[in-house]
Amino acid sequence: MTNHWIDIKNSDCILIMGSNAAENHPISFKYVIQAMEKGAPLISVDPRFTKTSAKADIYASLRSGTDIAFLGGMIKYILDNNLYNKEYTTAYTNAPFLVDKSFGFKDGLFSGYQKNEGDGPSMGGYDKSSWAFQMDDKGVPKVDKTLSDKHSVFQLLKKHYERYDVDTVVKVTGTTKADLLKVYETYAKTGVTGKAGTVMYAMGWTQHTVGTQMIRSMAMIQLLLGNMGVAGGGVNALRGESNVQGSTDHCLLWHIWPGYLKTPRASNDSLDAYNKKFTPKSNDPLSANWWQNYPKYSVSLLKSFFGDKAIPENQFGYTWLPKVDDGAVYSWFDLFDAMYKGDMEGFFAWGQNPACSGSNASKTRKALEKLDWMVNVNLFDNETGSFWRGPGADPSKIGTEVFMLPASVSVEKEGSITNSGRWMQWRYQGPKPLGNSRPDGDIIMELGHRIKEKYKAADGVFKHPILNLKWDYETNGAYDPHKAAKEINGYFVKDVTVKGKLCKKGTLVPSFAWLQADGSTSSGNWLYCNSYTEKGNMSARRSKKDAANNIGLYPEFAWCWPVNRRILYNRASVDTQGRPWDDKQWVIKFAGESKDGKYTSKKWLGDVPDGGWYPLENPDGSQRTDAKQPFIMRKHGLGQIFGPGRADGPFPEHYEPLECPVEKNYFSSHMVNPTAVVYSTKDDSHATCDPRFPFVGTTYRVSEHWQTGLMTRPQKWLMELEPNVFVEMSEELAKLRAIENGERVLVSSARGKLECTAIVTKRFKPFLIGYATVHQVGVPWHYGWRWPATGAEESANLLTPSAGDPNTRIPETKAFMVNVTKL
Amino acid sequence: MSKSIFIDTTICTACRACQVACKQWHDLPAEETINVGSHQNPQDLSFDTYKLVRMKEEIINGRLEWLFFPDQCRHCEDAPCLEAAYDESAIYRDDATGAIIYTLETRKLDADDIIAACPYDIPRKAADGTLAKCDMCNDRVHNGLKPACVTACPTGAMNFGERDEMLALAQKRLGMAKNKFPKAQLLNPDEVNVIYLVGFDPELYSEYAVASAAKSGISRSVALRKIMGPFAKLMRV
Repeated sequence: MTNHWIDIKNSDCILIMGSNAAENHPISFKYVIQAMEKGAPLISVDPRFTKTSAKADIYASLRSGTDIAFLGGMIKYILDNNLYNKEYTTAYTNAPFLVDKSFGFKDGLFSGYQKNEGDGPSMGGYDKSSWAFQMDDKGVPKVDKTLSDKHSVFQLLKKHYERYDVDTVVKVTGTTKADLLKVYETYAKTGVTGKAGTVMYAMGWTQHTVGTQMIRSMAMIQLLLGNMGVAGGGVNALRGESNVQGSTDHCLLWHIWPGYLKTPRASNDSLDAYNKKFTPKSNDPLSANWWQNYPKYSVSLLKSFFGDKAIPENQFGYTWLPKVDDGAVYSWFDLFDAMYKGDMEGFFAWGQNPACSGSNASKTRKALEKLDWMVNVNLFDNETGSFWRGPGADPSKIGTEVFMLPASVSVEKEGSITNSGRWMQWRYQGPKPLGNSRPDGDIIMELGHRIKEKYKAADGVFKHPILNLKWDYETNGAYDPHKAAKEINGYFVKDVTVKGKLCKKGTLVPSFAWLQADGSTSSGNWLYCNSYTEKGNMSARRSKKDAANNIGLYPEFAWCWPVNRRILYNRASVDTQGRPWDDKQWVIKFAGESKDGKYTSKKWLGDVPDGGWYPLENPDGSQRTDAKQPFIMRKHGLGQIFGPGRADGPFPEHYEPLECPVEKNYFSSHMVNPTAVVYSTKDDSHATCDPRFPFVGTTYRVSEHWQTGLMTRPQKWLMELEPNVFVEMSEELAKLRAIENGERVLVSSARGKLECTAIVTKRFKPFLIGYATVHQVGVPWHYGWRWPATGAEESANLLTPSAGDPNTRIPETKAFMVNVTKL
Repeated sequence: MSKSIFIDTTICTACRACQVACKQWHDLPAEETINVGSHQNPQDLSFDTYKLVRMKEEIINGRLEWLFFPDQCRHCEDAPCLEAAYDESAIYRDDATGAIIYTLETRKLDADDIIAACPYDIPRKAADGTLAKCDMCNDRVHNGLKPACVTACPTGAMNFGERDEMLALAQKRLGMAKNKFPKAQLLNPDEVNVIYLVGFDPELYSEYAVASAAKSGISRSVALRKIMGPFAKLMRV
């Protein structure tokens, strides 16, 4: 989240789209209700009328996968009706930037498209050199503050969304015109200075081949309306799992290092080359370009990995770390594809259940059969650890040796959890672990020790990374989360003077502003530097004292990154002279002294400002040179309306899901995202516009179950509430198929079949798409054959496709095609 | 003075934390259920289910509404079940809290008689005739805690406190609810200690959401007792 949970109560209008927050983030709803009681309307946009819709003031339906059409239409509506916040857009976004004249867009493709003629899985990519800005002689992007130059981002934006008129949008999404306009009208009111709209989104936006761009659309709307950096605004991702925020921050993903640094490629053949490649440069003195500090963070990370062994002479151990082959991708999809092809010997299925959680579960289950060994670390036996005796598996033909390591559950361990709002919260151990189960930290520590011993005893290949790894996070023989937390914060590894202050060796670094690129500091994650300092464990704080601005920041309750800044980009919550746009709900305000119309001292009140520099302008309107633009993590310092960093385009464009019910994309002649990833083994079948699979299928969750249901299916009180895997369908579809409410039926896709209990409901209604009637159904993905013992409740992922977003390779589990028939 | 529970159904999201919290606190067994085509499960209150979130899809004024009603015993000020039982060892009122409590002695009563007496159709019987229902978590309340369902509720739909406090809160929230739901009403606030606020016609939520005229008839034995007055105990009617 750019903002945080409590801040939702400050909003003047809440859009919940790509999320069913009342169902799946039920505690968060407390804050939504508080905002509503102050008069904020709640808008729920969803293919199905959900528990969130039941509380909403406005509900609008849309066909799964058409969110970019919906939001593109909102962009056009905002521009056509001049509802964007002109002052904010001009000052704080790249709307005034002039784009290179060679940039273009034609019939669904941006300039620079290169189709992949080879094997895939990527369908294609872009040479992005034309997606550049025109630069002046100082190397700073040229701007037109009147926003009228035809090459300005603003005019290009207008041109791009010309096609997204209400009638076309309605034809694609199936939303009624009245509902669409009601949503646009209500939400666009937050463009007024002093009003803030917020968006709460989740997997309904991420799990598409165009998922990243769905989110981009909303970010652009929030920038146009001046909703970034303000209380009750922001783009708020409701994370899908407790502490997934922590796992992504610490980068348990192949393409990033802790703190969202980049994993090195083989061609980054030295630390210098690596740092140079990933450290952006800006010639604009007004751009903080915070990532220019990249080398301080990467070197400190290396010092954390290898301790004293990392020295300048060996590039701080850079050469000991694995590099990604250039052009290779190791996403979840790719790992299981490789496993399926027999390219993997062993696999740690650690705290996960891929046999039920990954899309196209049949392929995953077959892939597991190819392994020589698997280590399954989990609380209970599950469909992954027991894949070899699952439905359709023949144990006599499977050679995989499975080791089950029973793990302790979160409440049996001390440590931290980071929530969607970036708040790191320390938790103490509740009950002691049961039986032989052990905390993950202990398992990992022991595994590391044993591997090190093996490499010491017998000369393994390339032993340096293993032997040199710093591995001292225990106290009295047990894993000590405090040691890990301190390592993550970071230490001064030698006496060093920073900012005129002597910092003693072995003391904790106060914040990432003190980290160095010369090897004098270590930090396991620069973003968390400031979380555990000489002042103590900041994440264990529980003060309920609010800040002076009284907007629910609670700055001394736990700790959030970065440096306890609760609302990101908050320099955009004030005008160029440092005065809040909204004085009733101010986030920061400049309170420095001024003399003769010029600020003479620096002082900010409220939240931790997103950089303590002077405001951009003095009270007399003169520009300051010692100020910085608000979006400090972006190279040019401004919010990106034109976003050249994505794989599929600088502007979001509607494409249909890989499997879709229509023969025509009303926005261009390209049906599917031309850069999407699609897998193509014989277990990766797809079927689009195929009469065998005429209905749109989607997957979602219920409050009562959790992820693949490993923790909830064995729980009797929860199974009492939701005992069976179900498929929700409209009364119209039930009639079409002569299906009775409560009947067991078969849902099938090109990849598999699933027996479910039919829930015939008013909450799904057929969509009118163009001239066609399109039905949609939905299935929860919480079930699997292992529990309950009947084995009759299986995983919805048996149905879902192997197609993914080009930026993230997240699977398109929210929109695919199915059939529903009587058994 | 009794304690009361105030339930604002307009902000209930049917998360069912209340339903599970009740089971957990009382260590009640889970029922063997199947999905009969609804998220509401079990289908009704039972000897083992004291709290049930009822869910109904209704078209009201041309608009789809999904109504949620977290049903439970009303802990009536003048409980008809208590009157019908006429045996404090089986059914009694804890005057400190206002909770209507059933004991194992309910086994000796005519269970169907007691159930028929309740205008909200709440008490349920076991095979041996013992009756059970929500007890307002009387043990928690006596120890300074709120009932489990109230503590678990994330949105503030469930509230607990002194009766006058809860009545005042109910009136305040009724006022707020009327802005969005012109037909909002409190259900039998003067008669019960579990006060519901609904946004629409109460009958749409549940058959017995308000005291049903059809069900409020007292049984013959209770009627006789009322006539006999103070002599009734002597006569053991």
